[in-house]
Amino acid sequence: MTRSIGIVETQYVTFAEQEPFQLESGATLSPVTLAYETYGTLNADRSNAILILHAFSGSAHAAGRHHPDDPKPGWWDECIGPGKAFDTDRFFVICSNVLGGCYGSTGPSSIDPSTGKPYGLHFPVVTIGDMVNAQVKLLDHLGIDVLLCAAGGSMGGMQVLEWAAHHPERVRSAIPIATTARHSPMLIAFSEVGRQAIYADPNWHQGDYYHRAQKPDAGLAVARMVGHITYLSEQSMQQKFGRRLQGRERYGYEFQTEFAVESYLKYNGSKFTRRFDANSYLYITKAMDYFDLVAQHGSLAAAFAHSSHIKFLVLSFTSDWLYPSHHSKELVRALTAAGCDVTYLDIQSDWGHDAFLLEVDTMTHLIGSFLDQLAKEVL
Amino acid sequence: MTIPSLRPDLQAIARLIPPSSSVLDLGCGEGDLLLYLARQKGVRVRGIELAENNVLACVRRGLTVRQGRLEEGLADYPDAHFDYVILSQTLPFLNDPGAVLEEMLRVGRRAIVSFPNWGYWRCRLDLLLTGCIPQAPDLPQRWSDPPRWQALTITDFARFTRERGIRITRQIYLDRDRVVRIRKFKNLLATTAIFQLEKTSQTSSPGQSS
Repeated sequence: MTRSIGIVETQYVTFAEQEPFQLESGATLSPVTLAYETYGTLNADRSNAILILHAFSGSAHAAGRHHPDDPKPGWWDECIGPGKAFDTDRFFVICSNVLGGCYGSTGPSSIDPSTGKPYGLHFPVVTIGDMVNAQVKLLDHLGIDVLLCAAGGSMGGMQVLEWAAHHPERVRSAIPIATTARHSPMLIAFSEVGRQAIYADPNWHQGDYYHRAQKPDAGLAVARMVGHITYLSEQSMQQKFGRRLQGRERYGYEFQTEFAVESYLKYNGSKFTRRFDANSYLYITKAMDYFDLVAQHGSLAAAFAHSSHIKFLVLSFTSDWLYPSHHSKELVRALTAAGCDVTYLDIQSDWGHDAFLLEVDTMTHLIGSFLDQLAKEVL
Repeated sequence: MTIPSLRPDLQAIARLIPPSSSVLDLGCGEGDLLLYLARQKGVRVRGIELAENNVLACVRRGLTVRQGRLEEGLADYPDAHFDYVILSQTLPFLNDPGAVLEEMLRVGRRAIVSFPNWGYWRCRLDLLLTGCIPQAPDLPQRWSDPPRWQALTITDFARFTRERGIRITRQIYLDRDRVVRIRKFKNLLATTAIFQLEKTSQTSSPGQSS
């Protein structure tokens, strides 16, 4: 059960070189590159493909290691591999970096061919729909007509829903985890705090910082700290940190990092600046804020009116206050009304929104069984 | 995968379900009945279940189950979505049995309800002789055992359905593990009753949507 997929390699596909890629805003982009990885083998009739959609700060590197001394495997390695929930002995698993991202796919840090310099804020605003439309091009490139399954948590779950609502003919099953069909005002509020932290950093320079020595790291770190708070829960913070002091016995009565929770946030904020681009933070949060299948279709049931053939496994977590269970329940209700086959579980967990990466045993069990049944019906 | 041996009361319910129909089981547990109906009769099955472990067991068996309370799960379904909606041995635990029955008959064309009968002669005798609230043979819970339950008898239920314009269209009685044919004194002789219910055609409830 614990075998790894081993050494993997990121691949790239570039499209829209002649005909520009149309965005929902009306703007266009040309060319577009997507970074992606694949695990396992595509079967002869190309029916065993599973598309994994990553969350906000994720990348195409979902499983395995890039080289033997790689300290960390891909972000969902515990669930993707031989004998794991997404069993690469049976399924062909694909994961790509989103449009607007900073891990190899076209985004604000990519070179704008019209100027020869990074796009910065000249990069057009993209949506979850645009990210998915770019993934459609990737599937076309790979010669895959229909996905056995689209799966992902958080922003990945939004892409799953986008696939199911707008490309239903290309999806047999969908696993949206800890997500929503409509970004709530609270979520928009947290996005905006993150963005404001970046705007307020004097090193941001209206997004034009790629050639400079100083990057808007302070702003990006604060944005990430806010993010981390929202991924935890009161219980998990209590459990993880309590009121423990970090590296000291008593209060210093000074403005140093004293509490363990402060130290955790500071560490993660600063670590994030070494791996993420501040402008991508702006663009991707904006894409999430625009996500609203209800407004697009008049109702959620209408959004899935053509999706009744899709089998759904909807998962939420009891302590997730960022994407609370009632969002998933609303989704389940709409899917049921649309005639979809829906299995739903609100998983008991103290880990808040982070649970979707931590509750591996329950998820492996659920996703594994769900895909087993599907494989019996389809493969 | 082997088909589980069904509890006798569930077997009796399964016999009421025609092949290739559609069924929603409320409080489906680990999905024994649903699996049996799907495998043996080609029935299209769905379940609603509260306990996480039971939902996991159902998913492992390839069943489609929605976790949640019966009321919220039922509310998800459009009118007349199922041929049968089943409520087995859960009636005494419901907060508002009338509302649940109403919903069952909205979502399903027929409802099947089974419940333990406190009108059984031994229960009556227990109360008379010991002065203690009797335990039904098919639901051996003491008054203080969670979750809260409410004793009822076949006569209670029959009156309840009459008042609400619900017809009992089939009835099965069990004496513990055996289906028994009783013509008279059912309320005295049965430990469990299974009723198939249908709405009287002319009645329409105020909550019914078009």
